[in-house]
Amino acid sequence: MPRKGADIVIETLKEEGVEIIFGHPGGAIMEVYDALYRDGSIRHILARHEQGAGHMAEGYAKATGKVGVAMSTSGPGATNLVTAIADAYMDSVPVVFITGQVPTHLIGNDAFQEVDIVGITRPITKHNFLVKRIEDLPLILRQAFYIARTGRPGPVLVDIPKDITQKLSDVLIPSLEEVKESLPGYRPHLEGNLQQIKKAAKLIMEAKRPVLYVGGGAVQAEAQKELVELAELMKIPVTTTNMGKGAFPELHPLALHMLGMHGTYYANMAVYNCDLLIAVGARFDDRVTGKVEEFAPQAKIIHIDIDPASISKNIVVDVPIVGDVKIVLRKLLEEIKREGAKLYFPEERQKWLERIEGWKKKHPLTYRKSNTVIKPQYVIEQIYEATKGDAIISTGVGQHQMWSAMFYKYSFPRQFINSGGLGTMGFGLPAGIGAKLGRPDKEVFVIDGDGSFMMTMQELITAVQYKVPVKIAIINNGYLGMVRQWQELFYERRYSEVDLSVQPDFVKLAEACGAVGFRAEKPSEVREIIEEALKIQDRPVVMDFHVDREENVLPMVPAGKSYRDMILDDGKKAIEAETMYLVG
Amino acid sequence: MADTIGSAGLNAVKTPLFREVRKGEVRKHIITLTVRNELGVLARIATLIAGKGYNIEGLSVGETHEKGISRMTLEVIGDDVVIDQVVKQLRKLIDTIKVKDLTDTPHVERELALIKVHTATPRARDEVLRLVEIFRCRIVDVSPETYTVEITGTEDKVNAFIELVKPFGIKEMARTGKVAMKRESIPQEEE
Repeated sequence: MPRKGADIVIETLKEEGVEIIFGHPGGAIMEVYDALYRDGSIRHILARHEQGAGHMAEGYAKATGKVGVAMSTSGPGATNLVTAIADAYMDSVPVVFITGQVPTHLIGNDAFQEVDIVGITRPITKHNFLVKRIEDLPLILRQAFYIARTGRPGPVLVDIPKDITQKLSDVLIPSLEEVKESLPGYRPHLEGNLQQIKKAAKLIMEAKRPVLYVGGGAVQAEAQKELVELAELMKIPVTTTNMGKGAFPELHPLALHMLGMHGTYYANMAVYNCDLLIAVGARFDDRVTGKVEEFAPQAKIIHIDIDPASISKNIVVDVPIVGDVKIVLRKLLEEIKREGAKLYFPEERQKWLERIEGWKKKHPLTYRKSNTVIKPQYVIEQIYEATKGDAIISTGVGQHQMWSAMFYKYSFPRQFINSGGLGTMGFGLPAGIGAKLGRPDKEVFVIDGDGSFMMTMQELITAVQYKVPVKIAIINNGYLGMVRQWQELFYERRYSEVDLSVQPDFVKLAEACGAVGFRAEKPSEVREIIEEALKIQDRPVVMDFHVDREENVLPMVPAGKSYRDMILDDGKKAIEAETMYLVG
Repeated sequence: MADTIGSAGLNAVKTPLFREVRKGEVRKHIITLTVRNELGVLARIATLIAGKGYNIEGLSVGETHEKGISRMTLEVIGDDVVIDQVVKQLRKLIDTIKVKDLTDTPHVERELALIKVHTATPRARDEVLRLVEIFRCRIVDVSPETYTVEITGTEDKVNAFIELVKPFGIKEMARTGKVAMKRESIPQEEE
């Protein structure tokens, strides 16, 4: 039956199982909004800015593992999505972005609200499309979802001219088989090469000092069970990246927590001294490696990743395995068990674990406590305790993000949602709203900085409108804290343009929006307001924590430096605190 | 660094203490691609390479015998390691079907040039005609003052011909990028 292009869009989205769209209407996308209204079966969340809609779709996708959908009109609507698109690209988040475009006959004419969004987003999407014929519309949309969620996931943009949404067509929705056939060059490799897997199994059994280095790919693949089994069977300590948090339970005795720039002393020492590094769904980001020449200098490296281009990009590896992390880990376990799960050097392995225990005892993750001023780390510990470690945490970007990574312990995948690759300030609140809408069964805490919060705080009103009870904890130090920290450490305290002490009254702001606002200025008030906030389930809550202004995130490896240059929480360098021995 | 090693054995075998950064030779790479002939595919490929900070030295595109499938030949100057990464990234593009770096594989390369040479004097006409014969190219257009010569061949051959006709004065010139294909036979001497 002939129906409008706009109706075909809705029909295809329903076929893909879309339950919720985050967006903002406008002229060029109006037909689709009309079809959405007439159909009535897909929920729409009206963000107050398209960037917010984009991050909400990301938060939804990151929390649920489903494909998120964000929609906007052409021109400024589309360009406002760009930050979210780039963010999704860097963190491999499956999101389909649908943008309206001016009618086909006006394309290229500098028409009102026209912009070449396909051109603009080419380097920051996994793929993008401009729909030129209505007959292609359902196939392109289905291709978009297929590409977004398979292989290394990522954002896909579909730009639809207004006349295409208005035309009539009786084109059918293609089957998944037809979609696959229509993409002859796109064949994600899932299985992993068996020879390489055998080689890896042997290296793992032979190693004296192995470390598992686990990234976001393990979260995407939901490989927690396999990771725990491998670590326990082979007695391998596990460090997770910022993106890999929750892929391995952090309360597990083999957990080393985060590595890299703001990694723990023991994780960095373990990586620096290991003789085998098993990278699982991680990409050797510069925030992890520091100076690449001195990263895991003695180690053989196994790298398991679904993206062949990720392998040997920054660091040459000895055993590359291209495939889905979960499938490869399963095969690797089979192989190890077939060989009798034998450890060639059980005593050395035991000594290695003891050595790591020693490092953990010597420099645990800690901070100097205070009775008079609120320490940011204390706020996060209290949130952790009050939520019994079961909340989903979404953050902005900056010091609060790193403290949230360090002082909340994550036990399940998709529990820690933040902008790892692009480092987008303002990510936290909208992503938290998307996460809560996707996972209404979980408490969602947005731990934000005052600087980050002010970048997208208009989405507070979105949360009020849809009664999304996210708990927003602002770690308020009146500074762009991370920049200030760098200025303190590397620019002789020249605090150039980082003072944010002129700011709205966040309690009044919350109230003005119809949310609840609390403020804490003393450590004794912290737990109290968290408990109060947890009772409120019909609207968002803003908690304004006035914290120690000049607290730093430590330990820290300065950018581009070696782990040997790590600054510890007492301000000393690792190399001075203890000889950064190569154990051997 | 020796003070932090703590194990004499390491020094003895001269193992490099730190992982060496991988660097490759900088040279010209010939990359061929089979792509779906979709809107924006050329821009996508060019954007990807430019995004890595490399200049495209040559590029030629044309349809193949299969409908909707085009073939491209790309010339890029760069570090071997980074070009390897570029090839992997090109493979990831949804519209690419095959990507191959032919640089180290025996292959045939050709390019085409149209050269409009000043030939106002009888002597110039004779000389150019003779060069055309030696180089086995063709004259495709003649005017009282010019010959337009079509030449196909390897980059070296085209360059050599251009050098030889330069003294007569080149009025206009158009040169395609390279097209290249893997050899099936054992490399023979070029004609």
